[in-house]
Amino acid sequence: MILDSKTPEGPIKDKWTKHKNDINVVGPANKRNIDIIVVGTGLAGGSASASLAEMGYNVKAFCYQDSPRRAHSIAAQGGINAAKNYQNDGDSIYRLFYDTVKGGDYRAREANVYRLAEVSVNIIDQCVAQGVPFARDYGGLLDNRSFGGVLVSRTFYARGQTGQQLLLGAYSAMNRQIAKGKIQMFNRHEMVELVKVDGKARGIIARNLITGELERHSAHAVVIASGGYGNVFFLSTNAMGSNTTAAWKIHRNGAFFANPCYTQIHPTCIPRSGEHQSKLTLMSESLRNDGRIWVPKHLEDAEKIRAKTLKPTDLKEEDRDYYLERRYPAFGNLVPRDVASRAAKERCDAGHGVNSTGEAVYLDFSAAIQRYGKEKALVSGINQPSLEKIIELGEEVVEQKYGNLFQMYEKIVAENPYKTPMMIYPAVHYTMGGVWVDYNLMTTIPGCYCIGEANFSDHGANRLGASALMQGLADGYFVLPYTIGDFLSNDIRTGPISTDLKEFEIAEKNVSDTIDKLMNIKGDKPVDYFHKRLGKVMWEFAGMARSKEGLEHAISEIKTIRKEFWENVRIPGDKNEMNTELEKAGRVADFLELGELFAKDGLERTESAGGHFREESQTPEGEALRNDKDFAFTSAWEFVGEPSEAILHKEHLEFNDIELKQRSYK
Amino acid sequence: MDLTLKIWRQKNSQAKGKIETYPISDISEDSSFLEMIDVLNSNIIHEGGEPVAFDHDCREGICGMCSMYINGQAHGPMRGTTTCQLHMRSFKDGETIYIEPFRSGSMPVIKDLVVDRSAFDRIQQAGGFVSVNTSGNTQDANAVPIPKANADKAFDAAACIGCAACVATCKNSSAMLFVAAKVSQYSYLPQGEVEAKDRVVNMVNQMDKEGFGNCTNTGACEVECPKGISLEYIARMNREYISATVSSEK
Amino acid sequence: MKLSSIVRKLIMALSGLFLIIFLITHLVINSFTLASSKELFNDAAHFMATNPVIYLMQYVLALGFIIHIGMGIKLTLQNRKARPEKYAFNQSSKNADLSSRSMIISGGLVIVFLILHLRDYFYEIKFVGLPEGTTDYDLVVNLFSSPIYTGVYVISFIVLGFHLNHGFKSAFQSVGANHKKYNSAIKVAGTAYSILISLGFSTIALVHFINQYSFN
Repeated sequence: MILDSKTPEGPIKDKWTKHKNDINVVGPANKRNIDIIVVGTGLAGGSASASLAEMGYNVKAFCYQDSPRRAHSIAAQGGINAAKNYQNDGDSIYRLFYDTVKGGDYRAREANVYRLAEVSVNIIDQCVAQGVPFARDYGGLLDNRSFGGVLVSRTFYARGQTGQQLLLGAYSAMNRQIAKGKIQMFNRHEMVELVKVDGKARGIIARNLITGELERHSAHAVVIASGGYGNVFFLSTNAMGSNTTAAWKIHRNGAFFANPCYTQIHPTCIPRSGEHQSKLTLMSESLRNDGRIWVPKHLEDAEKIRAKTLKPTDLKEEDRDYYLERRYPAFGNLVPRDVASRAAKERCDAGHGVNSTGEAVYLDFSAAIQRYGKEKALVSGINQPSLEKIIELGEEVVEQKYGNLFQMYEKIVAENPYKTPMMIYPAVHYTMGGVWVDYNLMTTIPGCYCIGEANFSDHGANRLGASALMQGLADGYFVLPYTIGDFLSNDIRTGPISTDLKEFEIAEKNVSDTIDKLMNIKGDKPVDYFHKRLGKVMWEFAGMARSKEGLEHAISEIKTIRKEFWENVRIPGDKNEMNTELEKAGRVADFLELGELFAKDGLERTESAGGHFREESQTPEGEALRNDKDFAFTSAWEFVGEPSEAILHKEHLEFNDIELKQRSYK
Repeated sequence: MDLTLKIWRQKNSQAKGKIETYPISDISEDSSFLEMIDVLNSNIIHEGGEPVAFDHDCREGICGMCSMYINGQAHGPMRGTTTCQLHMRSFKDGETIYIEPFRSGSMPVIKDLVVDRSAFDRIQQAGGFVSVNTSGNTQDANAVPIPKANADKAFDAAACIGCAACVATCKNSSAMLFVAAKVSQYSYLPQGEVEAKDRVVNMVNQMDKEGFGNCTNTGACEVECPKGISLEYIARMNREYISATVSSEK
Repeated sequence: MKLSSIVRKLIMALSGLFLIIFLITHLVINSFTLASSKELFNDAAHFMATNPVIYLMQYVLALGFIIHIGMGIKLTLQNRKARPEKYAFNQSSKNADLSSRSMIISGGLVIVFLILHLRDYFYEIKFVGLPEGTTDYDLVVNLFSSPIYTGVYVISFIVLGFHLNHGFKSAFQSVGANHKKYNSAIKVAGTAYSILISLGFSTIALVHFINQYSFN
């Protein structure tokens, strides 16, 4: 099968406009007769549900949480990019497009990224109109800040809770449609199977998480917006419930899965404290605007610090290694995430790590506190302020900017980051890979769409900060609502899809059999045991640095864990009631398959690109080395049974508007 | 550390529940409260029992999914903190800890510590939005400047995570703080002002319909709110509601 | 017509504020009993009993009490119903002060006192009639000569002060007056007011109680 991205012809800046003019649309009267299922209610799913309902479609939305407002988009802290150029620093749609493609290490589809940059400006307008309280300056206009990997200030933010505010915006838009009856909301429901009729996606089987009942839901199109699969690592910054089940089920039903190995390891997370750890907490990347990252220059100092016999604040300036500033003078602490993460790992592997596990580096605000303190003293007319006064004033400024993050850090670590440098370490945060979609965001299953983090589209091999929120909302508010019409225009005479069809019956039977199988194993290990084992394998062999041997080992190891899981997992309770262990088991079963495909994908891609770092492919200085001659393509995997035997399809990436260059942030 | 846990167990919404006692040992002070429950559940599964069901998701204090009434306080003893961000260092070795679901007639228990907070969704559906469609043609975001003070106030209100600690802690089981936060977020912004009158009336009516109690200004909600939402918003909503009722065209 | 919860609270607050004003008037008139001439109080009492405006206000006042009490009971019943299953372990003292949590109890005690008070004065004067040759002033002095009566009186006003301590600022909150610029002023005024009422009425009672000994 040849992958057709359906990218429109013409100059890049006209493609989207032209495409919107060319595709088929469904008339207002007919939209009323068309049902759409949306799985997931984060930024992508929430905004899509609301927009589709506003247009007149009947939407059925599903989320596993108790309310759509709780989707994990809510935890995004830093901000959302838009090429508004409000700061007059020369930003433009092209520059945002360029930065995103470059940041993604030239592994994204050009046309999609350009469209993303184009609609980014609409997102901000839309969100402000919805009442999202973005940060403003004293003139009442919107404020911006700068994020990693770019040289302009284009990030809009709402303190450290941008994702929350944007999600509440989308949720409010959904609420308006729920009240009108245009969206039927199914909380505490999990999609457990896709139903295809005549090769088209026509419905889902969902499990009611309160009663355990399996429900059939039909529609003319199914939209998957269920987020990323970072939890395959067990420890990640994802929510506990974040899972790949919806995406994996459509993959098993024929949707190709693209670039699963592209995972973002975020450099600024709170380090692990012990075996009990259930998840990792991110500290917004915005901290890197003001924090300086360092480790002790000398190994003996690092040892003393780990043994708590030396305090970091006592270490002299010349004994510190500000390794990002040293290695990347142009971008310094603001290099892209993948670069910053690998640099931290490199230092810690070399023995310079600073907490008891040896896996932490410092993020130090003392310089920023003093700089801001002096500034504030000047503004408040204090002449020759004392150092104490400067620090006091500086801490006030830093508190205004990052107060909630500092507070969160203190709660978790029980150390005061104003007085002693924060400790950070990279953690799995986002997955650039996902279900393969064409320019219309349709998967390889007709009528099945995939949006937001769940798809692979816009970030290539690495995502820049503040781009995830942008992509989720772009897909949901401004792209999918148009492109879905192209498919649905053929369905205006179809009429309602019956859930009594044989296909629904078979799908439900399959699900019910799988559940029975899981319940009847009655082994002696809880689900988490297998999940943790999988996570350790993934982190060690498919984490920040990957090698042929490691990935091969990972594949065989995952197969073993999967086998043991199906022989020895213990799920207490009953299937016909709320059963959180059963929920987890279903999700982990899918992670155990995805992990294998992940490793397989990493094994095939022998180049380094963005978040995918192959030890065999690096420059003499240890930077990631791309191989554009052999790997300028998207890997799209077709499911055939055993995940590591999936068939590879390649979508070749053409760069007509950007010259392929080795990324450099020096 | 070693602890004795007294946990509310209830099979489903119809069943009668009761407090059960679970001893637990070797808990790290650095683990979070929910990680402690994870350990407990893993122990229970090992012993062939049924794990305690509880709501949780992001585990970083923002999704509002976690609840739990811990030792007589919503989200436990630490101020400005959700249960997921509460750490075991807030407890003493050997302590007995009561863990109960958030209680309110409007938020019935689904199972163990899991409660049904859909009343909050319905209150928001009654008016917690600005009626604007996604057209891509909304006016430029900077066309209407908003005084920073108002934007900040709106944000403070919008910081509500909808966890229902306010309801759980209020002796009257009143939802005023939640509703006030939602109403105020919009009424502080010019975009929300257009529908402000209808919004406050509709949301308050829905709140009453859900059966929440009456606010008697004890201020407990403000103290227990993990996001520190101020009582000021309740007063503001009272004002808005009164003036809307008096002056509404409807 | 079904009243919304905010309107119910508004009614509670407005009737409360009305009673707060009434208490001040009452205290002023009571303080007349301390004047050297007992005519001042008797004249005031006579004026209050015969002036048509005041006469009308009696009914308004009664209505104020009835609304405040009735609504208080209704709110409490509704609030109880809003949480059918109670907590096994609850530490409400951690987040709210006692006076705010016990309004129905302090209010209830005040009602008991109010009934006694109405029986001793209002009923005596209006329906039984004062014995020949005695005045309103004498009735007051006579009642306060009893240590039990005075004791109950003083305790009741302490309870009332407690009730007012929350009631005063709560009323402002209910009508929507909460602003960081004025909040501390409202709080101080509330506390001062409750102390004034509590102390004022009690002092008058105690003065009369003590006076009975010094006069003989």
